[in-house]
Order: sequence, then C-alpha cells, then structure tokens
Amino acid sequence: MPVFALVDCNNFYASCEKLFDPTLRDTPIVVLSNNDGCVVARSAESKTLGVPMGAPWFQLHDLARQHGIRAFSSNYALYADMSSRVVEILSSFTPSMEVYSIDESFLVLDGLPGTREEIGREIRERVARWVGLPVCVGIASTKTLAKLANHAAKKALAGRDGVCDFGAMTPDEVSTLFASIPVAEVWGVGRRIDERLAEMGIGTVRQLRDAPPGWIREHFSVVLERTVRELNGVSCLNLEDVTPDKQQIMASRSFGNPVFDLEGLSESVASHTTRAAEKLRAQRHVAGAITVTIRSNPFKPWEPQYNRSEVVPLPEPSADTRELIRAALWGLRRIYRTGFAYKKAGVMLSGLEPERRRQSSLLVDPERERKSAALMQAMDSINARWGRGSLRPLVTGFDASWRMRREKLSPAWTTCWDALPRVTG
Amino acid sequence: MTTALEPVPERFPEHWFPFLDALKRTWPLGLTPISAGFPSPAEDYADRRLDINEYLVRNPVSTFFFSVQGDSMQGAEIFNGDILVVDRSIAPAHGHIVVAFLNGERLVKRLHRRGGRVALVAENPAYPPIELHEGAELVIWGVVVGKFKRIGA
Repeated sequence: MPVFALVDCNNFYASCEKLFDPTLRDTPIVVLSNNDGCVVARSAESKTLGVPMGAPWFQLHDLARQHGIRAFSSNYALYADMSSRVVEILSSFTPSMEVYSIDESFLVLDGLPGTREEIGREIRERVARWVGLPVCVGIASTKTLAKLANHAAKKALAGRDGVCDFGAMTPDEVSTLFASIPVAEVWGVGRRIDERLAEMGIGTVRQLRDAPPGWIREHFSVVLERTVRELNGVSCLNLEDVTPDKQQIMASRSFGNPVFDLEGLSESVASHTTRAAEKLRAQRHVAGAITVTIRSNPFKPWEPQYNRSEVVPLPEPSADTRELIRAALWGLRRIYRTGFAYKKAGVMLSGLEPERRRQSSLLVDPERERKSAALMQAMDSINARWGRGSLRPLVTGFDASWRMRREKLSPAWTTCWDALPRVTG
Repeated sequence: MTTALEPVPERFPEHWFPFLDALKRTWPLGLTPISAGFPSPAEDYADRRLDINEYLVRNPVSTFFFSVQGDSMQGAEIFNGDILVVDRSIAPAHGHIVVAFLNGERLVKRLHRRGGRVALVAENPAYPPIELHEGAELVIWGVVVGKFKRIGA
C-alpha cells in the first residue's frame, strides 16, 4: 500500500511576510490580492480576529484600525522564492513528489527509513529550521486521505504538533474523526456537490466514505466515486506532473536553433502565452500573475550560461491573451541580456482563480471586460474551427505605462540585491 | 574569533541537494571536442573553475543575505555595508555570530549562551552587551557563516 504525505505551508503568504520583519511577530496581518483588493491570506492572529477570507480590504478599515491589522500587497517574488526553497527541501526527502500548488506538495513516503510519523516530524522540523516557515503534514494511504489528514493536523483535530498520520489511528478513531468533519473539507467536493450531498443526507466525511460507490457514480460522477474509494483507503490517484484544473499552467519549449535576440524570444514568449491563455480560458479561470523564464543550454556548459525568471503580477486577474502577453513581454525585457545563446523560453500562469469568483474592482471597466471576454471567445472558437494559431495577436511593442497598484508591497527580500533586509551591527 | 566562522553544526544535514547549482556547474577544461592531433597536455590537470557560491554558501536552500548597517561588529571584521551570508540550517551555539530579532529589530551580534547567561555581544567597546532576561522576545534567526562586499565600480 502506498504512503502519501501532503505537506502544506500554514498561511503561506502571511508567514513569508512575517519571516523577515521583526515588527510583525505578534501582529495580525493580511495579504491582499492584486491591486490591493481583497484578503487572500491571513496570519493566525487575523483569523482569530475573525477577518474573513476574500473580504475586500476597504471594508476592513475599522477592524484594522481597532486591532492594528497590517496589510501587504502580494509579493510574488518573495513567495515564489520561498516556495521553491520549500520544494527543494521536500525533494531532499524523496524524488517522488508532486508540487500541487505554491504551498502544497504531495510526497510518496514508501521505502523511506523511519516511521511515517517520524518522517512527518522531520519534514516539519527541517522546513521550519531551514526556511522559517511552518508546515503541516498529513499522512495516509491515498492522496484524498492525506489531504484530509493535513486538514486534521492543521486544525489540531488529530495527530500531534502539526503531523497527522491516519495509519497510526485505530479504525474507530478514524471513523469518529470523520464523523466530525463536514464533507465540504474533502478534496474535490465543491460547493455544488456539497449542496447536493446535503440534500441526500450526506453531511460528514464519514457518511460520504460509507456511501456505496456505485450509487455515488450513478447520482454524481466517476470522479466522486473515485473520491469515495480513496476515502476507503483504495488509492486511485497517483502523483501527477500536471494536475487537471490545476493551480498553475505552464507552457514552454526548447528552440531547435538557439535564439540570440529579444525579438526572437518575444515571439516565442508570446506564442507560449497564447497557448497558456487558451488553456486558462478552457478551464474558466483567470490568472493573477505570469512568470517568464529564459535560459541558455545547460548541456553546453562551455558556453556562457544564463537562466532567469521574472514574476509579473497583473493589474487585475485576467484571461485576456493580450493582457497576458503584455505582462509577459514586460517581464522578458527585464531579464533579457545580450550575449547568450538561448535554448528555452517559457511562461507559467499562477494565482489562478475561477472566473466567476472574481472580485470587482473600481479600476475595471465592465464594458471593456465584456468586450475582452467576447473577443477571446471569438478567438478561441475560430482557432478551434480552423486550427490552433489561425488567429493570434500580433506582437507589437509594449506599453511602458503598464503598472498595477501595490502600495503595501514589502521588499523582495531574497531576490533583489537592493532590497536585502538590513541588520544593525 | 574564528570559531564563529567555522561553526560545527550539531545536526548538519547529510542530504543531497538535487538542484544545487545544477545549471551553474562549470565543467573541466581541456575536454577538447576535437579528436585530431595530440591530446592537450593539460588534460590530466583538468579541474573545475572556482565558484564563489561554493566557497560562501554551503546550503543554498537555507541561506539568506542581509546587509549590515553600523559598526558594532567591527572587531569581528563585519563592517557597515557588508553583506552577510546567513545559514539557517546551522543550529546556533555559544560563540556564533548570529542574526537575531529582538524587540522589533534585526541585529547582528555574537551569541553568548553560557552558565545561564544569554547575551548578544557586540565586538566594539563602544557598545555594551545586550543582556537577555527571562521573557525577552528573542529569535535567533540564523548563523552568520560569511560576508562579502564589492569594491569600487
């Protein structure tokens, strides 16, 4: 039987902000979405104060003044670096891992020395010590259960010190625990499924686990049936390199011949962005940021090497190919250096959220939004009909005025020489 | 004084670092791709070019940089404007130079932790040691393992 662990950083964005700023130790903080709109992360103190996730910041001004809540703009450069450090630490435990999102990874613990709980504890300890971020570890025989165990660890419902191993509990203990957790906490159970389950009298994890799989398939889907099997300890989901409806979308390709100039790279970045944006719209999401990466050929070590990425946050989460290309090219210009034979370019869309859940903003012109959506829809259907790339945006220059509001941005502590944290000697 | 710059970590990791400079790795010189003629006489002496990261940074994933402001550590050759290499994977011990968070400030000082006394000690007679008493909000953030600075243009 496989052993899965889900490692999840607690309040990831907020924890990153606290790491470098000693004045924030016991301060309630929140991290805001692009353009300083809504709360996307809360520190433990802010949760205790009852700050709701997703709340528009302007509605929180009174509460913030009263309790000294401090707000931060999303510092993507910092979060991306800290996330990659965590991933690197986790990969030192096992190469069998799946980076599920910026702050969550699945690990397969099979064959590692030590008991499962010991490994969980060691993971937690090492991440805390090496990069100063708190994580919780959920361990179980399926991915769905590991995610649930992580929830139990985080809420201190079971396990100890942020590590919960369902394998270390008796079947009765597990059943009792499952009877106390609402079914909405199960991975893959969204709001609509939750509502329909409730109508059928299934409100707890235990009730879903004990539902007949065939009946679930009949009334819901094969996907939910698989979830039920996973809740019963039958592993149906393996580690994946890419997850469906995932939290990042990547598009990259190596060049047949090396590319030297900015024009060549721009074309490539624009076409990758076009592809990624298509995928994004197909799953009805918008992206909050786009990362551009260019690199030379590491397999030609005798040539000068260059490898850089730039995370570009969008003024507003968007699925508009033109907006995304504009952001990507802006990032590309920042990292492009002459004198290298570039072998690969790529983009990654992150900060994905469902289109419908989008928060409205004063800066968004609804008319423009509507036109943008209509244009993109037209473009996608033409490309679907006539083949990918039949219709694509002409890459023209970029607009230097392109900027977003990030008034509460903390420094890029770890990715910029001019922003290093100062210590008093 | 050198003890702090050569810390003996209590639990220094024995793990492999999979992505460690994978792309920056320099390869031996002299592996001539041309087969005609005599082999290079330097072939046997092929070695890796020096990489300053390798010298200063032991564990890249747990290493962070801080810039120094002030002259209280000049006795330890840490000067205003230096950039410190701070490694969090080393367990802080008595005698280490550390980055510490105390009362909302980021400090670099030598850690004294002996006989029930905990203090952050400057290396400049003009600065008295900071004695820490029960209940002080001290966080030892990381251990200083090196420093560097650019000179001139």
